[in-house]
Amino acid sequence: MNQALQEKIESEQYRKEAAKFAVGDTVKVHTKVVEGDKERIQIFAGVVIGKRGHGLNETFSVRRISYGEGVERVFPLHSPRVDKIEVERQGAVRRAKLTYLRKRLGKGATLVNEKKEKAAPAK
Amino acid sequence: MPLGLLGKKLGHTRVYDASGNVTPVTVVLCGPNRVLQVKTQGGKDGYNSVQLGFDDQKEQRLSKALLGHIKKQNGAAVKRIREFRDFSKDVKPGDIIGPTLFAVGDFIDAIGTTKGRGFEGVMKRHHFAGGPATHGAKGWKRRSGAIGQRLFPGTVMRGMKMPGHMGQVTRTTQNLEIIQVRESDNLLLIKGAIPGSEGDYVVIRESKKRPQGWKPPVSISNKKKASDKKAAAAAAPKK
Repeated sequence: MNQALQEKIESEQYRKEAAKFAVGDTVKVHTKVVEGDKERIQIFAGVVIGKRGHGLNETFSVRRISYGEGVERVFPLHSPRVDKIEVERQGAVRRAKLTYLRKRLGKGATLVNEKKEKAAPAK
Repeated sequence: MPLGLLGKKLGHTRVYDASGNVTPVTVVLCGPNRVLQVKTQGGKDGYNSVQLGFDDQKEQRLSKALLGHIKKQNGAAVKRIREFRDFSKDVKPGDIIGPTLFAVGDFIDAIGTTKGRGFEGVMKRHHFAGGPATHGAKGWKRRSGAIGQRLFPGTVMRGMKMPGHMGQVTRTTQNLEIIQVRESDNLLLIKGAIPGSEGDYVVIRESKKRPQGWKPPVSISNKKKASDKKAAAAAAPKK
């Protein structure tokens, strides 16, 4: 299959509003959860520690500390179950994959982009 | 073979449904299919069938005999021709049919030529276990082991699985669901994999075991209904 055709089929399924976030950003991922017959939004907040794939196959990993235990979740970027992705604050990182965060705790695991923070204060 | 089309396997991708489940699909180019001849029970041929042609090409590439046949039937030069018996749709020579012959949710069988693997050993060809890698074993990793018994029967049994040529044979994958019909692109998106490599010709025919209007057995359909309800509930608030 040629690239153009693949792009045509897949682009129909992309997110309507492209999610703008980078590795190192602290994000809130709004996911749709089905409980019984009802559907509600659940928020998973944490640091984006990596992205992989491209096009429809793109996924991103979010790490958070939940009750003292590190939890990582991988979301397909274009999944209809991911309602929206909010950027809480931008991070200053020099790596594409932040696996080193797994060894860090507390303040050592915070990534703050001070320049960007000053220019545009976090919401 | 009530309904059928000739096609070309283009590749694979994935499709999300409304509730966010991913389905792997094969993209098949299925049009335009040209009706080249219609044979009827009462006519000269004595049986009902439809001859379809697929993949247009230059007239100079065909033999005059074949071109004559095609011209007579109001058709155009094509690369592939195949006959489908007892075609359940009314067509006449010169018609062009495409993927809209099928609808989303229909089941089909895909007939194609599998990828050629060349001369292969028993582990790949017949899924033998091979020999031990350790415990003093030497030169036994991929061998088949014994192929017979003793003086009686004194011969190797017929059909014994051995190394040999693998692949490049016609195979049918049955009961594949149609996920999308794209009329403007002449494409069918079919759930799962079908035989052959990308660019190979395939035959898409109505499923023999699950023809149009097929209903799943009660035990399965009940389960499916429950999940359908959930899916509907999940999709409803969004709209």
